[in-house]
Amino acid sequence: MKKRINTSKLLKRIKISACAVILTLSMGLLSGCTQGTESDTIVAGSTSVQPYAEILAEAFMAKDPEAVIDIQGGGSSAGITATQTHSADIGMSSRSLEEGEKDLWSVEIAKDGLAIIVNPENPVKNLTSDQIRDIYAAEITDWSQVGGTKAKINIIAREEGSGTRSAFTELLMGKKEITPKAIVQDSNGAVRQLVEDDPNAIGFISLGLVSKEVKAVSLDGVEATRENIMNNSYKLSRQFLFVTDGEPTGIQKSFIDYTLSLEGQNLLSKEGLIPSAEGAAK
Amino acid sequence: MKSFKEKLTERVFLLIALSTLSVLALITVFIFIKGMPIIAKVGIIDFVFGMKWAPSQGYYGIFPMIVGSVSVTIGAAIVGVPIAICCSIFLAEFAPVKLRNIFRPAIQLLAAIPSVVYGFWGVLFVVPAIRKYLGGPGLSILAGSIILGIMILPTIISITEVSLLALPRHYKDGALALGLTQWQTIRSLLLPAAKSGIVAAVILGLGRAIGETMAVIMVLGNAVALPHSVLDPVRTLTTNIGIEMGYASGEHQQALFATGIVLFVIIMILNATAQYITRKR
Repeated sequence: MKKRINTSKLLKRIKISACAVILTLSMGLLSGCTQGTESDTIVAGSTSVQPYAEILAEAFMAKDPEAVIDIQGGGSSAGITATQTHSADIGMSSRSLEEGEKDLWSVEIAKDGLAIIVNPENPVKNLTSDQIRDIYAAEITDWSQVGGTKAKINIIAREEGSGTRSAFTELLMGKKEITPKAIVQDSNGAVRQLVEDDPNAIGFISLGLVSKEVKAVSLDGVEATRENIMNNSYKLSRQFLFVTDGEPTGIQKSFIDYTLSLEGQNLLSKEGLIPSAEGAAK
Repeated sequence: MKSFKEKLTERVFLLIALSTLSVLALITVFIFIKGMPIIAKVGIIDFVFGMKWAPSQGYYGIFPMIVGSVSVTIGAAIVGVPIAICCSIFLAEFAPVKLRNIFRPAIQLLAAIPSVVYGFWGVLFVVPAIRKYLGGPGLSILAGSIILGIMILPTIISITEVSLLALPRHYKDGALALGLTQWQTIRSLLLPAAKSGIVAAVILGLGRAIGETMAVIMVLGNAVALPHSVLDPVRTLTTNIGIEMGYASGEHQQALFATGIVLFVIIMILNATAQYITRKR
């Protein structure tokens, strides 16, 4: 006959086994957190710059197999702080440097334009900055108020925390807020898809991603083109920066030089960014 | 006396069983550790009933999302529950064996379709149809309700059917012998007798609806405002986490975990209710 395990004994066993399991699991977690070796060059910061930096790093590492470049996100502010505290070798920022950060060495690697897009069927071709602000603040709610046909405007915005949203807010919204009634999508592509489908929608996406299925409106009479961003007449653009603490040296320097080289700038340009002034000068 | 081998096997199985439990414990503890600081800072009342969600300005109110979750879930119930119950009555009582053998695997297949596919289908067919025929942006409570209503069908159908089939055979035989028609038997005898199972099925289905994320991100529009009609976009608790986790850091990230806590509590209550109702029988 089988012996029954008494309850207190079972409980004790459970306790011991549970401890063992938790220990094993936490060891697994810890080992997952090990950092790269010291020789890695860590590039951290803006998630808007991150995908482009990854492309650059890949091409750079293909040319120089010795170099290991590790790209991390975290956001512009986090990247700048990491550079100041030396936990990153290069910081990526999609905003300009603020007071207290100006002692860092910085270079513009490219510019990114922001396009205001509507459905191609929409007769509206031009909007002023004020009109766009009022539309996104839900003070203008009908297309007929800005020269279109009578229909309710369906506002599409990006999610909180997105670099594109913060750039839009900084460049256009002033003291006003994007209405909470705005539809929120979590990528440039999703915004574009919606505008393509909905004749009454308005959205904003990175200029490089504007396609034939949507129409970029002019801002204050200036067309949204790469040329107009380069000559500074189109207002909606932001800088992508690399920052370092002091003059870059070693792999830092060669990676930044590669980024600003014709090859690096062509890569960025192919991805839809606008070459930087520094890059163009080389 | 048990052999050593026997004991060892027992221990190993106990260990494996406990590891699943400890995963649950780890996740729960983690969510609470990450989310509690922000709830403590904002205050539970202001967090749960706050109307404004703007993490970049330090506002963390999730009430519009609770309303969003509840309204979409109720919508899914209105769309899904009648269809599911009718379908399971048909399967349990009317369908000939041949037909049942086609229906059952087909319904199970419905459960196997990934939610992103439901969402994609919703964006390409349901949303444009609503925009065209009913107006508004198309991304709406209605679109979410239709998609979720379909997604909860398998859960409700299978549990309802099982609880109908579990009824003693002589209930039905007796009723038919007394001269009741088949429909009368179902309506006045079988459905009331299987009530607790059906209610549990519906609650579990709703639990699935309220926890669904991917499909609803795609069709709900995710606006953080109280809806005025079923054609307005809303954001649910799950989509709030799903849509903002990519860029969130610091307090914003804590607030997303805190959203998870609220969701966790709601789903625990729903599941506990379903358990309680089935046990009571």
